[in-house]
Amino acid sequence: MSVLIFIDQSEGHIKKASLEALSYGVKVAENLGVGAEGVALGSASEDLAALGQYGVKKIYHVNKATFNHLDAQAFTSVIAEVAQSSGAKVIIFSNNVDGKAIAPGLSVKLKAALVSGAVALPDTANGFVVKKTVFSGKAFANISLNTDVKIIALNPNSYPVSATGSGTAEVVSFDVKTDATKVKVTAVNKVEGEVPLSEADIVVSGGRGLKGPENWGMIEELAKLLGAATACSRPVADAHWRPHHEHVGQTGLAIAPNLYIAIGISGAIQHLAGVNRSKTIVVINKDPEAPFFKAADYGIVGDAFGVVPKLIEEIKKVKGVA
Amino acid sequence: MKILVCISKAPDTTTKIAFTDNNTKFAADAVQWIINPYDEWYALVRAIELKEKDASAVIHLVTVGEADAEPVIRKALALGGDEAIRINASSQDSYYIASQIAEVAKQGAYDLILTGKETIDYNGSCIGGMVAELLNLPYVSLATKLLLNGSNAVITREIEGGEEVCDVALPVLVSCQKGMAEARIPNMRGIMAARTRPLKVVEPVAADNLTSIVSFELPPAKAGVKLVPADNPAELVRLLHEEAKVF
Ligand SMILES: Cc1cc2nc3c(=O)[nH]c(=O)nc-3n(C[C@H](O)[C@H](O)[C@H](O)COP(=O)(O)OP(=O)(O)OC[C@H]3O[C@@H](n4cnc5c(N)ncnc54)[C@H](O)[C@@H]3O)c2cc1C
Repeated sequence: MSVLIFIDQSEGHIKKASLEALSYGVKVAENLGVGAEGVALGSASEDLAALGQYGVKKIYHVNKATFNHLDAQAFTSVIAEVAQSSGAKVIIFSNNVDGKAIAPGLSVKLKAALVSGAVALPDTANGFVVKKTVFSGKAFANISLNTDVKIIALNPNSYPVSATGSGTAEVVSFDVKTDATKVKVTAVNKVEGEVPLSEADIVVSGGRGLKGPENWGMIEELAKLLGAATACSRPVADAHWRPHHEHVGQTGLAIAPNLYIAIGISGAIQHLAGVNRSKTIVVINKDPEAPFFKAADYGIVGDAFGVVPKLIEEIKKVKGVA
Repeated sequence: MKILVCISKAPDTTTKIAFTDNNTKFAADAVQWIINPYDEWYALVRAIELKEKDASAVIHLVTVGEADAEPVIRKALALGGDEAIRINASSQDSYYIASQIAEVAKQGAYDLILTGKETIDYNGSCIGGMVAELLNLPYVSLATKLLLNGSNAVITREIEGGEEVCDVALPVLVSCQKGMAEARIPNMRGIMAARTRPLKVVEPVAADNLTSIVSFELPPAKAGVKLVPADNPAELVRLLHEEAKVF
């Protein structure tokens, strides 16, 4: 019996959301009194054994280049093989791009109950109940998983990465029967040097109050200074001022960074739905009646074009940047 | 070309979320139901766009729901679609719902099955992947573009920090999100035509529920905003640095 955690990597680099899932899975295993194991697919350039510092004891490595790109069906079948042969009772994913692609198929393949969007550790006092976000962050539901094998997909930014700093994991190469993929990746376009929005600790977001795409310079400068990702409201993406993937909200990406800075965004209910799990919210808006202030921790009522450049100067002072 | 589009009803995005029966049920009484935006804006509209390029294409819509789901599936038919199927069941378990859709899909032998990336109520993002696995089909999730090229689909999908293009032979199941299609609204002609398009009701097959909802809860209320004067951003920086400790 064990907890099996999917190690999600891209080009050999282990994603931050996956380290969260790893830390979470190790804790789940500890609470259940069983061991924690990992499974990684594709070539790995990072040292998998070093993941032992997060508390995982063993990592099954399916080291085949065919798995360097995601094929949900093939990944599902490989992970099912590993789960069955290792006797995993709980399987953990990050509820990120890959987790959303693989976990549902695995649920069918193993006939294992799945909760996606988990935000807390399972409550095993009475069965196996996991809290997840529903209504795009406007509420939570406690879901009971009613099968022997269980799958949890953990929302990014819901569980801290915790490394003990010591220990190495035993890396076992795992050979699978299946290695045929049907989905062929023909091109990858990554925005270089940008922090992926779903993984960002800090997000600087702009709305229609910024008047036009030409005014995003200060948003980008502020984001760069804070090591933040940039986001926007829906009308901004609809007007093609910013790329689609920056759209956050009920019908865009739902995020939960440590700090969300909303500039020139009114705070419509659909927008709030995607950002209200942020730990700290700062709102800069010239309208004191803007609904966003009700959801904010800190606010400045003022003109963004006056406030933001001054804010940048002040942050530079704190950070010691010239 | 036969396309199946999965349609779910969802509460209007302005719905105030509340629960009844000791926080075990969503207070659905006064709720205005809409087509789940991802299903409508991206999956359905993309199917319609594909049919506009290939008049021989046939679009079927499927929903799992009781009679109260009919206005929503009718509205979807008014946008486009040749026929709708309502599976007369209700469940909050994704596996149960996916099993129902898979049954309909098997009988229809579709080349392309489209879903929205998630519903805006339960945010499971599960149905597409489950139906694909039940049908033993490849699954491409979080797609932002979908083109057909003979018997293949060329799909752009989201990855962390960018996107990638992939090529897959039909049949395939695709979950759709922003970027997929141009916005459109139903016109009078569509609404009239929808009345004559068949809406079949089928009974569910036996399937298990793997999960159940124990209770709901609302997030704790915010303590209230601390306002800082516009001419003193230094104070905001101090608060963020020393009090909230976010940088
Ligand atoms: C079904 C549905 C789904 C939706 N989904 C989403 C979603 O996922 N995400 C989303 O964001 N929206 C969504 N919306 C749209 C949402 O209702 C709002 O229309 C939208 O969020 C408003 O964007 P905004 O705040 O940028 O613009 P506006 O509402 O126009 O607000 C602009 C704000 O900027 C302020 N402002 C103006 N000038 C300045 C200045 N110089 N300095 C400082 N402040 C200034 C104004 O006071 C105002 O508060 C959805 C709507 C529907 C119907």
